[in-house]
Amino acid sequence: MPAVNTKLAALLTAIATLSAVAGSAADVTNAPYEIDGRKSGYLFMTPATRSLQDDEFQNPGMFAVERGRELWNQKDGPDGKSCASCHGDAETSMTGVAARYPVFDSARGGLVNLELRINTERADRMKASTYKYESDELLALTSYISYQSRGKPLNVDIEGPAKPFFEEGRKFYDARRGQLDLACGQCHDALVGSKLRGDVISQGQLNGFPIHRLSWRAMVSRHRIFAWCNTSVRAEPYAAGSPEYLSLELYVAWRGRGLPIEAPAVRR
Amino acid sequence: MTIIRKSIAAWLPVLAASSFIVTAAVGEGLVNFKIENGAVPQPLTGEPGNPARGRQIVRDMNHVTCLICHSMPIPEEPDHGEIGPPLAGVGSRFTASELRLRLIDPKAVNPATIMPSYYRVSNFMRVGESFRDRPIYTAQQIEDVVAYLSLLKDN
Ligand code: HEC
Ligand code: HEC
Repeated sequence: MPAVNTKLAALLTAIATLSAVAGSAADVTNAPYEIDGRKSGYLFMTPATRSLQDDEFQNPGMFAVERGRELWNQKDGPDGKSCASCHGDAETSMTGVAARYPVFDSARGGLVNLELRINTERADRMKASTYKYESDELLALTSYISYQSRGKPLNVDIEGPAKPFFEEGRKFYDARRGQLDLACGQCHDALVGSKLRGDVISQGQLNGFPIHRLSWRAMVSRHRIFAWCNTSVRAEPYAAGSPEYLSLELYVAWRGRGLPIEAPAVRR
Repeated sequence: MTIIRKSIAAWLPVLAASSFIVTAAVGEGLVNFKIENGAVPQPLTGEPGNPARGRQIVRDMNHVTCLICHSMPIPEEPDHGEIGPPLAGVGSRFTASELRLRLIDPKAVNPATIMPSYYRVSNFMRVGESFRDRPIYTAQQIEDVVAYLSLLKDN
């Protein structure tokens, strides 16, 4: 029985992939961008955008990574500490971290994502000022830390104290909202591969974040894209870093479990 | 007041599916309409719909253009969506009254549809502040678009 199901699922996936994904006809396989039918946004990009992402010398997101490297080592606060003072070389100490976030934080009694963790580290350990969400600095450090997990599979913990937040996130994802009355899944599950005006709708996966969005010429955080998708359906967005978006982030990251971290990904 | 409006709206799909006649009060300053047999036979305004204006309205990015989801015989616009059925020939498939209901509240026809309701204000979650309590189209815009769609006949 399970064997049959798996075969059927594989067949369906193969058909869907062949018919839906622009520019993939020449690909022999979607590995590693597809795991059990879960697909990275990469597979929905044109070959030109993909090669922009693949070439580190051309990938515009690498500017943020480089800036993040500087900030990692830059001393700040009264004690003159940098991230490196405690964590040393990010290339070893930060491997895999972005793939696990967001996590439940018992001190906060709630979830923290990478951005909030960076800020609590600055506030509590460096006694330095926090960065604004979506500031160049926060995007840069988030990109740099995420870059250390490139290729590592998304792997968030949804058990134990994280469970209720995960369930909240699922509810958020499934709820129709805004004047257009659309839920996330009505686009990112039901319409994957279809053209919504000029955009090809992907599965809305998080493994590429922070992404460089070509149409905005900007680095974009996970919460900013949530706000954009909310605003697109004429719903009132939540604030970046809000509990609502943290729960949503946990759920959406779990939806993409196993997909490799691609930060900084390049998207349309 | 609001509670009554909401409860009526909640029943719309059920009632529209049957042949009952209902009056739907959808919001402050908005025109009431009657759903009969899966259609809204009475125009929402006294002014007849203007198809040329309708053609402009459906292209308008500020009014949730139909092109997000449908292809339409509007060749000068790029990037037509392919989520809903193509609208060329839709005037042969539906009467003006049926088209009117499909714009006002397509969920009265198919509660599961992803097509937005262009003339409904209640029963939504967390509508953006600048869009609250007003529908996507005005009553006259509904009439203009119905007039335009009615002209999209199969040759
Ligand atoms: C009306 C359709 C629609 C709805 C509803 C919608 N989105 Fe999106 N979303 C898009 C489009 C179009 C894009 C840009 C193309 C793409 O990457 O899929 C996008 C992009 C994304 C991305 C970026 C994917 C990548 O690889 O860069 C994420 C993540 C995402 N959406 C999550 C969500 C979540 C969570 C919700 C609900 C809160 C949601 N979306 C609701 C249409 C929608
Ligand atoms: C977000 C997507 C979306 C938008 C925007 C949208 N539609 Fe639709 N529409 C659909 C879908 C999907 C259907 C298929 C019927 C269903 O889902 O019940 C449909 C069906 C229709 C139908 C019935 C056609 C048939 O052959 O059955 C008409 C008429 C129509 N739409 C007109 C419009 C017009 C006019 C606009 C703009 C004023 C518009 N739609 C905007 C998604 C959309």
